[in-house]
Amino acid sequence: MHLQNERIEVLLSGRGGQGLLLAGLVLAYAAMKDDKRVVQSASYGPEARLGSSRSDVIISTRPIAYPKVISPNIVLLLSREAAKKYAPTIRGNAIVLYDSFTIHNPPKLKGNHIYPVPFTHIAIEKFGNPIVANMIALGFISKLTGIVSLKSLEEAIRERVKPGFVELDLMAMREGAKLAEKHEKEDP
Amino acid sequence: MSRLDLIQGNEACALGAIKAGVRFFAGYPITPSSEIAEIMARELPKCDGIFIQMEDEMGSLAAAIGARLAGKKAMTATSGPGFSLMQEHIGFAVMAETPVVVVNVMRGGPSTGLPTMPSQGDIMQARWGTHGDHPAIAFAPKDINETFWFTVEAVNTSEKMRMPVFVLMDEVLSHMREPMEIPDQVQTWEAPPIENPESPFLPFKEGTEAFAPVPIFGQGYRFHITGLTHRPDGFPTNDPNEIERKMLRFIKKMEILQSEILDKNPDMHYEKVELEDADVVIVAIGSVARVAQAAVEDLRSQDIKAGLLRPKVVWPFPEKPLKEIDGNVQAVFVAEMNQGQMVYEVERILKKTPVHKINQFNGMLMFPSKIVEAVKSTLR
Repeated sequence: MHLQNERIEVLLSGRGGQGLLLAGLVLAYAAMKDDKRVVQSASYGPEARLGSSRSDVIISTRPIAYPKVISPNIVLLLSREAAKKYAPTIRGNAIVLYDSFTIHNPPKLKGNHIYPVPFTHIAIEKFGNPIVANMIALGFISKLTGIVSLKSLEEAIRERVKPGFVELDLMAMREGAKLAEKHEKEDP
Repeated sequence: MSRLDLIQGNEACALGAIKAGVRFFAGYPITPSSEIAEIMARELPKCDGIFIQMEDEMGSLAAAIGARLAGKKAMTATSGPGFSLMQEHIGFAVMAETPVVVVNVMRGGPSTGLPTMPSQGDIMQARWGTHGDHPAIAFAPKDINETFWFTVEAVNTSEKMRMPVFVLMDEVLSHMREPMEIPDQVQTWEAPPIENPESPFLPFKEGTEAFAPVPIFGQGYRFHITGLTHRPDGFPTNDPNEIERKMLRFIKKMEILQSEILDKNPDMHYEKVELEDADVVIVAIGSVARVAQAAVEDLRSQDIKAGLLRPKVVWPFPEKPLKEIDGNVQAVFVAEMNQGQMVYEVERILKKTPVHKINQFNGMLMFPSKIVEAVKSTLR
């Protein structure tokens, strides 16, 4: 499932408070460490929590003109609202990952590669904290698609996450990567 | 030595200002510019600088002007609603010929409008917001690297021209992150000191319009500052000859800016992308220029010879490159995140080429396809 595109558009979406902005920042930082061109941006409402939140990351081997997602290659949906809002914009051939723990009846998702993963459930079960769902997802995406190396992703977490959360986030990220490996074996 | 980091537009702006020597920031935090104040509050005390959160934007700019007159390079940052409130003191800084940098991270308006969404609705406010005849200088960066360097240039230009200078950003740019090499040091311009001031001291005498000392309070000479039209000694006047003499200083400033800075460094004033063989030219600034750049690539792939002319300094507007293409291209398109402001300037300059406008003002950065479609439907 490794992506070879020159320009890869990643859309990370969910609710405010789910750490999507941090996930976008960490992913972009890892891409920088991989010597790629990268732009990360975010959009959110006036409210800090519970409103809709999205982070766009563009990773490219060439200079990046348009700084936002036009037609995403990779989509992460962590909330029902996000699924409803962004599902219609997803075109065929996109890799779509959604949180099957929070999204029970996903809207009709286009895209050839759909991965229902209970990110929030794993976060609570294994790490006792739903907040690390974002890092599980990042590990999953990176291992699955190869958009950034796991080594750079580790460095990004060490350098950009608050010191008290680094070890927890690293474990969560590795858990996500492990899950993706399992998926790869089942669905090569 | 420099260091590579992934930073936000607001961060690049604040770091650029500090590297350029800004040691005083007074502000009233407002989305989407708040991080500039936040970073200044954190970083300025580390380099012997001062940060003050003021009661409002009027107080913020007043404090910044006062700080510059006390000898510290000063800046403030705001968004549309605050920029409106600052207009009074922008005029004061022009009249009192005081260097100061005002950053405006544009968001949707009018009024409080769209705090978290972008626009380019203040292009004309930057030119004509304050009352009376006055010069204006406004930088318009399009990426993180430029935001850093244009802020440095804004500080230097403001010092050289003895007047306020604007940095026009927008919400996309302010909250976006890109990697950039942050230099340890940048080149700054320091106003020459006043040695042996004559008596009476004439801080506004002929020849001090630009590249001149900026008088500082408490240095042993009498210095009077006022928003009233004044004589070379700084005291108010109603003498028509003196009034004209003062007003001509503003024109002189812009002539010096053009001949001594912009004409010598056209790369600082504007960027030309694929203009040599272009049949259609798109004019855009800031984040919309990135949309236009993507549109040019798309149009070229469809065998339409498109080019981009991007003002980097939007005021004074780059007339020369527009005059050069006038009559030599089929059409010019002005793409803006507003209902059409910069387009008036382009229409004023172009005499032989049809000008079309492409506008989006729904709080979202337009897609390249919007420009591509507009160009194709016009050529059809």
